[in-house]
This record gives sequence, C-alpha cells and structure tokens, in this order.
Amino acid sequence: MTVTEPAPSEADLERHFEHTIAKDQRIEPRDWLPEAYRKTMVRQIAQHAHSEIIGMQPEGNWITRAPSLRRKAILLAKVQDEAGHGLYLYSAAETLGGDRGDLTEKLISGRQKYSSIFNYPTLSFADVGVIGWLVDGAAICNQVPLCRSSYGPYARAMIRICKEESFHQRQGYELLMTMMSGTEAQREMVQDAVDRYWWPSLMMFGPPDDDSPNTAQSMAWKIKRHTNDELRQRFVDMTVPQAEALGVTLPDPELTWNAERGHYDFGSIDWDELKQVISGGGPCNTERVERRRAAHEDGAWVREAAAAHARKQQQRKEVAA
Amino acid sequence: MTGEWPLYEVFVRGKRGLNHVHVGSLRAADDDMALHNARDLYTRRNEGVSIWVVKAADIAASSPDEKDPFFAPSGDKVYRHPTFYDIPENVPHM
Repeated sequence: MTVTEPAPSEADLERHFEHTIAKDQRIEPRDWLPEAYRKTMVRQIAQHAHSEIIGMQPEGNWITRAPSLRRKAILLAKVQDEAGHGLYLYSAAETLGGDRGDLTEKLISGRQKYSSIFNYPTLSFADVGVIGWLVDGAAICNQVPLCRSSYGPYARAMIRICKEESFHQRQGYELLMTMMSGTEAQREMVQDAVDRYWWPSLMMFGPPDDDSPNTAQSMAWKIKRHTNDELRQRFVDMTVPQAEALGVTLPDPELTWNAERGHYDFGSIDWDELKQVISGGGPCNTERVERRRAAHEDGAWVREAAAAHARKQQQRKEVAA
Repeated sequence: MTGEWPLYEVFVRGKRGLNHVHVGSLRAADDDMALHNARDLYTRRNEGVSIWVVKAADIAASSPDEKDPFFAPSGDKVYRHPTFYDIPENVPHM
C-alpha cells in the first residue's frame, strides 16, 4: 500500500537532521542540511584541502636536493600523498555542491585560508624530518578524531588520510634519527629545525579555547570532537618522550611534568604571531600563494587542450555511430 | 576552467572476490583520463585490482528526502527474514 504524505516542513527536516546527529549517525550528500552546517563544512573541508595542496611546497623545495636516492624517492612519494590528500578533500567538498575550480580561485585570491604552518620556510634538510615528525604528528592528533566527523564524505576522506599520514610521521622521525647519529653539524641542524618548528606546530591547533568562538557549535554538530587546547595538550604529552628518545631539546624552559594533572605543563604561546601569520604576515605567505597561482595559470593550456581533445574524440565517435 | 572537466565517481575492487566500492570522485576530461587519475589517486598503495569510473551526472539516485516512503515497501514484510519463523530447538541444521 502506498501512502502519499505531505512534503515535510523545514522544522521536520531540521528535527530529522538533529536526530541523525544525536544518534551519532553520519550526514550524507543529498540529505537536507541547515545552511550554516553546509557553510561551516565547506569552509572546514576547503581550508583543509588547501593546506594539503600548499603543504606540498615547503618540502617540495628539497626534492631536487635530497641527499640520497632513497630520501628522494621517499620525499617524492610523500609530496605526492599531500596532493592526493588535497584531492580526496576537494572531492568531499564537492559533495556539498560547488566546484573545486571555485575553491582554487578562492585560495589564490586569498578568500579562503590554509594552515598557518606552511608559511614558514624550510631552511635545511632537517626541516623535512621535523615537518614529518612534528607537523604531521600534530596533523594526526587533529585528524584522528575527524575520522568520526558527522559529515560522512569528510570522515571517510580522513580515514584514508590518517592511514597515509603514519608513513609521513615515521619517515620524518627516521630521517632525524639518522641525522642525530651523524656528525655534530648534522645534530645542530636537527636542533635548529626543532627550535624553529616547535612553537608553530603548537599553533597548528588554533587559538586557545576561550578565544575560539566557533568551537561550541562545531562540537554540537560533531564536526569537531575535542577542543583546540585538549588536542594541543595531547600532542605535547605524546611528543616529549619522542624528543627524549631522539636526543633533542624542545625549546621551552617551562616544559615540565605535572604529576597532579597527569600532563606536561608548557609555556605560553605567542598568539600575536599566529594572528599575524594567519592574516598574511608570515614569512612565506605571499610566496606560497603566488606559487600556487603560477602553477594554476601555467597549467591552464593543459586543461584546455585536454578538454578540446575530449570534445573532438566525442564528435568522432558520434560521426562514426 | 575545471568546470569544463566533468565530475567522475570512482569505484574500486579491493581484491578478487569483493564488490567494487565507491571511494570518491575526481575531475577528468574524458573516460581514459578519469581511469588514469583514479589509479594515481585511489590506488597508490595497491588498494585495488579493478577500477570503474562513471560520470556523476549519469548516476540515478534515490532522494534521501523521500527515504521513508521509498523504502516502506520492504519495511512491513518481516516474513522475508529467517527469524520470522519459529522452529523447535530439537530440529537440527536449520
């Protein structure tokens, strides 16, 4: 028996959406969504995708100067993964409507952001190792809980990404262990890279909780599972023993074990620096976006030629038919 | 410009004996390019032995808005499930 029911009202749809989230079920493409959820999701996924794409540059900088064929092959594979991660995420963003071409336009015109960490320069090959260890380590801390994001396509992309990030972190740490067992000059390079990347890595988790106005709504929608400060603390706790095993010093004199809290205490972060880097004033902001713009514009003829070729093939097929 | 490249959905068979499973999407100018891009993007670590690509515009899908009525015909047919039938416990291999 078929019963025809009246179309559900907006309030009904909203209730259904809230109910789906409350039951810890995933929101899927073509489901009805509140506009604010859609907008927040597109912004979050696009920003994440852009970070992966821009993130190819600091390490790509060292591909031609890798010290051995082994390191070069590893670095190439890693940078290719970053491109892949960007594309998984653009794919997820497209399920919410819109076009990945528009997202690229928004990136190169500065209307959408990417992670602040990629605006720092890579000055020595040790930076490649430290980025794998600290930057990818921080990214893993951030991303593992996102595998349970309420938005299905994003959660699934994150599962793929997290699997691959583990290779990134381990190759970085192994690279650093190799350098630490080398010459005094190599050990100094590693320590210098750690000194430069430690604080920016802590900033990757975003502003402190009392200055993060969107956190409450994002947690209610289950698109964020832990606060910035919780994840930052987890990262510090995980990293301290890794630094000890490596034999480097984390550049924070206030870093001490607090038995009462069961966590490491650490010094205060220079939030002015984060604000400055996010708003375009970091050491490499202009260079990164210009490089992305040039790659996009230099590739225009390839995209046009491929489209023209596809049209011609299609026409030939139609004539033959 | 990517607007000119259609969106393709990608399905990968992980290994022999399994169904193809949807893994994501990509943009490509034509079917051949879509297959090559799908290989590079979704099977960098031997995740597949076979790939299907299909233009997203060619997929017909049920709408989640009509979810309840659309799937209602199977909702009230409990007799399609084996647990609907009571069989005495001393009857073997059932």
